[in-house]
Amino acid sequence: MAGATIKVQGLTKSFGSFRAVDDVSFEAAEGTITALLGPSGSGKSTVLRMIAGLEQPDTGSVWVAGEELTGASVQDRRLGFVFQHYALFRHMTVRRNVAFGLSVRRVDKAAQRERVDELLELVGLAPFGDRYPDQLSGGQRQRVALARALAPRPSVLLLDEPFGALDARVRQELRGWLDHLHRELGVTSLFVTHDQEEALELANEIVVMNHGKVEQVGSADDIYNRPAAPFVAAFVGSSNVLKGVVWERHVHFGHSIVAGAHAIPDGEEAVAYIRPHDVQITEDPGERSFPVAVERRIDMGWTSKLHLRLEDGQPLVAQLPNEEINGVAAGQNLFANLRNPKVFPRSRADEAAPASDEAVPVAGESSSVGG
Amino acid sequence: MTTVPARPSHPRSRERLIRGALIATALVYVLVLLVAPLAGIVYYALKAGLGEIGTTYNQPDIRHAFYLTGIIMIVTVIVTSVFGVIVALVLARDNFRGKALVSAFVDLPLAVSPVIVGLMAVLLFGRGGWFEPFFAAQGIQIVYALPSMILVTIFIAIPFVIREVVPVLEELGTEEEQAAWTLGASRWQTFRRVTLPNIRWGLLYGIALSAARSIGEVGAVLIVSGSLQGQTETATLYILRAFDQYQDQQGYIVALTLAAFSIVLLIGIETLKRRSTRRAR
Repeated sequence: MAGATIKVQGLTKSFGSFRAVDDVSFEAAEGTITALLGPSGSGKSTVLRMIAGLEQPDTGSVWVAGEELTGASVQDRRLGFVFQHYALFRHMTVRRNVAFGLSVRRVDKAAQRERVDELLELVGLAPFGDRYPDQLSGGQRQRVALARALAPRPSVLLLDEPFGALDARVRQELRGWLDHLHRELGVTSLFVTHDQEEALELANEIVVMNHGKVEQVGSADDIYNRPAAPFVAAFVGSSNVLKGVVWERHVHFGHSIVAGAHAIPDGEEAVAYIRPHDVQITEDPGERSFPVAVERRIDMGWTSKLHLRLEDGQPLVAQLPNEEINGVAAGQNLFANLRNPKVFPRSRADEAAPASDEAVPVAGESSSVGG
Repeated sequence: MTTVPARPSHPRSRERLIRGALIATALVYVLVLLVAPLAGIVYYALKAGLGEIGTTYNQPDIRHAFYLTGIIMIVTVIVTSVFGVIVALVLARDNFRGKALVSAFVDLPLAVSPVIVGLMAVLLFGRGGWFEPFFAAQGIQIVYALPSMILVTIFIAIPFVIREVVPVLEELGTEEEQAAWTLGASRWQTFRRVTLPNIRWGLLYGIALSAARSIGEVGAVLIVSGSLQGQTETATLYILRAFDQYQDQQGYIVALTLAAFSIVLLIGIETLKRRSTRRAR
């Protein structure tokens, strides 16, 4: 099953006066896994549905394997699609679900049977062929949905929040399994997720979206370590947000400073994004460190979260391995040193307010701190 | 869980008393209003013995009446189910101006007396009616003939399929259909292989109600048919005449036949549904 390149160019789509997708362009290379990552309402699912032909773009074009599909019907595109809530045919057995894409294309019965056996084997559901969807667990259903989408040998697989409806353990398991499956089949895959960890772990390339626009396209390393926009810095890996004023390439807040304000003129307001694990805690002052008060310590097993307060009143959350912060407790006054700050001018940071507050990983609140 | 403080009275026994009273009310209601009349018909129909049933069924005017009722029922069921499913799909899936109005109009036949429906048909298709010149020119008689009888029966049976199918479609959602499209199924294949199997019980139930209603219709059909014996007299119209002409025995037998047909239809569908859902679990 060879893969094909997916290319979208200038995709735009409005629902009434709401611009859900705004001039989105990117390319997913043959045989790769690409993630469309963003908060809910960022337009990522709409992009996926436009590629599948389930929505029509107002402007822009969709190309797969060098062929323009923009005006083609869903049926003619022959792309595999996996829905968040599986969308299995509830009145059909697992076998008939998987065979559906073959039987509507009038593949002969023997070939159907062979292909279904092969796929059930592949997704590890061979003994469940005669069950109905409501007799399966969520993870099993999603695997049936995958087998069904793969049965007609699509060159491209589109997955809309494929693990979104599953609990954390099953999600982790399916993620590993999908990675394995992808290695085996090499079908170009594009999946939508709001879970940065999922995107970072699975995808070769990540397209970060917010407010219907692409904020950055890059590898996990690019996105995580070299965010191109304040939104990316804030959304990928939960970040502390510190506001200050730039002076000689440093951001100053009270007596505290961080480096990294390279292209910002002196006197301008700036925002520094700092990951909780990039906060270093020391007992003694160093060259770059500044005083912080420990307000709270939350032990989470092998790491702890420290709620700190800077001298000028801004909060800061650190998350560090317990062995590095033995003896640190609430009420202490210590020193902090901030590594790898991502600094952006204040004006750009204000624009980057995410599309919905629910999906912003506020420092210290996210379950997936530190990626 | 906090414990509920004990009440002064005995809540358990009072609860049981209320529940008992409700069950008794429901039973009496059903027995008096539904079972008793049915038992009465069965008793009177069978009073003269089974031989009488045979001779009744052999009377040419009664045979013709059953034949007419059958034709009306079949055409009504076909039309109301085909168009009912189309209307239900539109109401459940599309959004357009005036949708609420269409939805309200669907229920109109339930609100309007069948006699008025009959009168409307006469006004439209009868002598001097709006559409009469057109059909007269084609040499087709509508009123006092089968076409108008079918027409009014369809009108009255419109809501049943729609009202049964719309909630099923809404509950079903569109994801399975979209999944079918992405797998290459055409709209028709999707309807036949995904939508229809999912709405089949609602549809069958609607069809059963539609059929039962169409064989039982009397008011509207009476007005548009003229009730000509052996020509435009349906089974229900025959029953009316039978009692007029002191042929009570035959009247009861025909009534029992119609009632038995409807009951068997409804029970049959319910049984099939139970058996099929049990297998699917």
